[in-house]
Amino acid sequence: MDFGSINPVLLIAALMLASTPILLAALGELIVEKSGVLNLGVEGMMIVGAISGFIVAVETGSPALGFVAAAIGATIMALIFGVLTQLLLSNQVATGLGLTLFGLGVSALMGQSYVGIRPPASPRLTFFGLSEVPVIGPIAFNQHAMVYVSLALVVAIWWYLKRTRSGLILRAVGESHDAAHALGYSVLKTRFAAIAFGGACAGLGGAFLSLVIVPQWTEGMTAGRGWIALAIVVFASWRPWRVLLGAYLFGGVTVLQLNLQAAGIAIPVELLSMSPYLITILVLVLISSDKRRAAANAPASLGRSFHASA
Amino acid sequence: MIRLEKRPTPSRGWAWATPIVAVLATMVAGGLLFGALGSNPFEAIRTIFWDPIFGEFAFYYRGQLLVKAGPLILIAIGLSLGFRAGIWNIGAEGQYIMGAIFGAAVGLAFYPMEARWLIFPLMVIAGVVGGYLWAMIPGILRTRFNTNEILVSLLLVYVAEQILAWMALGPLRNPDGAGFPGSRNLGQYASSANKELIAGWGMHWGVVAAFIAVIFAYILLSRHILGLNIRLAGEAPRAARFAGVNPERLVLLCLGISGALAGLAGLFEVAGPAGQISIDFNVGYGFTAIIVAFLGRLHPIGILLAGLLMALTYIGGEAAQASLGLPASAIQAFQGMLLFFLLAFDVLTNFKLRIGGEARA
Repeated sequence: MDFGSINPVLLIAALMLASTPILLAALGELIVEKSGVLNLGVEGMMIVGAISGFIVAVETGSPALGFVAAAIGATIMALIFGVLTQLLLSNQVATGLGLTLFGLGVSALMGQSYVGIRPPASPRLTFFGLSEVPVIGPIAFNQHAMVYVSLALVVAIWWYLKRTRSGLILRAVGESHDAAHALGYSVLKTRFAAIAFGGACAGLGGAFLSLVIVPQWTEGMTAGRGWIALAIVVFASWRPWRVLLGAYLFGGVTVLQLNLQAAGIAIPVELLSMSPYLITILVLVLISSDKRRAAANAPASLGRSFHASA
Repeated sequence: MIRLEKRPTPSRGWAWATPIVAVLATMVAGGLLFGALGSNPFEAIRTIFWDPIFGEFAFYYRGQLLVKAGPLILIAIGLSLGFRAGIWNIGAEGQYIMGAIFGAAVGLAFYPMEARWLIFPLMVIAGVVGGYLWAMIPGILRTRFNTNEILVSLLLVYVAEQILAWMALGPLRNPDGAGFPGSRNLGQYASSANKELIAGWGMHWGVVAAFIAVIFAYILLSRHILGLNIRLAGEAPRAARFAGVNPERLVLLCLGISGALAGLAGLFEVAGPAGQISIDFNVGYGFTAIIVAFLGRLHPIGILLAGLLMALTYIGGEAAQASLGLPASAIQAFQGMLLFFLLAFDVLTNFKLRIGGEARA
């Protein structure tokens, strides 16, 4: 065992990288849930994003186009969910589960001839040499572009929900769709936009996994990250800053356990591998045990179907 | 303009018809999907749905039907009770794995003793306990700490998969296995084998258990106060509370039953068709059972039929893989599609379609 091989600076830089797929997916789901919709299909949308992005990046040689394709692919998945739950008023829990099962199947189907291929490399940004600055450089100035996008998204979503009219309408729809409808806001349009945004974010998260972190395509490679993103939204009590905290906490555990595996600590590898899931459960328990605080910020219409003539 | 008008009560006719319509629609859409993959759509549909029962090699496939339907029905029956009460156990896959590990561990502990009358029943009990305990984790976290059971039960699937890998490589590894991962073969150990009861039928104790579960669930839901409480809690939670239904007890009960049945399914699988604990022992029955439960309208008889149909798609899928070169994952996508169509057509159960005109009050 050799703890000396674990470099804290590289650990933090790696943590930010590992957290980004979950952060992106959780931010998307935050907006979806704020509009009063519970989409349990994050895992399915992520994995479809992962393979869509991978295929396009390999075929065009451009990771940027890959990310665009990932967002589009996952948005199509999200719109299936939207049509079923918003127009055909199906049960959101069942439909979300269906989306995940369908996504896992479809992605495996799409990706069968892409196993074992390496995608085009997505370079890290260097900010004109600022990345060479000790300690701060590798953490703040030497990340992949999507890491900065995800951080910018945290700020943007916070500002959108707090300070914009459209964000207020979104929250109103999520709190009471009947009241929002009576005031003349379109519940359907708002929710469809939110669902599509959630899909796009999940897709970007998936593509970050298949194009940057792994970078390869394997079946079921999201390995529950979509579900962890869902758990993080609950943990965050639907607040963007705490989504960031939750995602980085999860990323930290993931990276740390990988480092411990590499350092050869005398714990079975499988026990280390399950730690991120166990920590997520533990955190969920801690946050939800205080009933009043946990529910205080939850959108009141979460998971309920809206039918105008009812 | 098409409008939806809420029916005063759900249509009974459509409630029965939607699964059938959904299956037909899935066949059409699946045919298109397989066509896009480059195989003849009609041939693919025939290979999946017709040949396993009536085709040339049906004598082999018919037996497989019950082997695959058994665990699906057993798990789906358990899940349906919770789903009816609004309790979402979606981690049956994990409970299935833990049931198999517990049961296999008991069987292996007695190896090579010859006492089937003792060992096999003990394994069955251990399987039930394994699944039950694993399901109690989300149950107790939900009742004590108000934690969402959907997320916890699902996350525990990944934990269970890691435990499975650890067991297959470590504590339960076959000491005479020349270092290969995986346990001793329980199917070849006379005291633990879950054998075929009627040769060629695929009928093993797990299938028997599935049929018994169907009958029990039917009686429970239609004749017993507990079944009424479950239905009441799902359809009218407030009324259920006034009627004195204890929601916490119901959560523990529904999760416990579904976990125990999933564990049972896992035990029968590991002692029979699978034979051993291995890293890839689980094949997703716990997730497919969710589709089976919905396709069967959460009704025991419906689940029986849906389980058989879903087993057919597994077998047909394998046949199509061999004869048409369809990828294994195509069937997974196909099953997901089936759930979508079912949920989509379900709108007709609760709503009437009205074309044109304004809503009348």
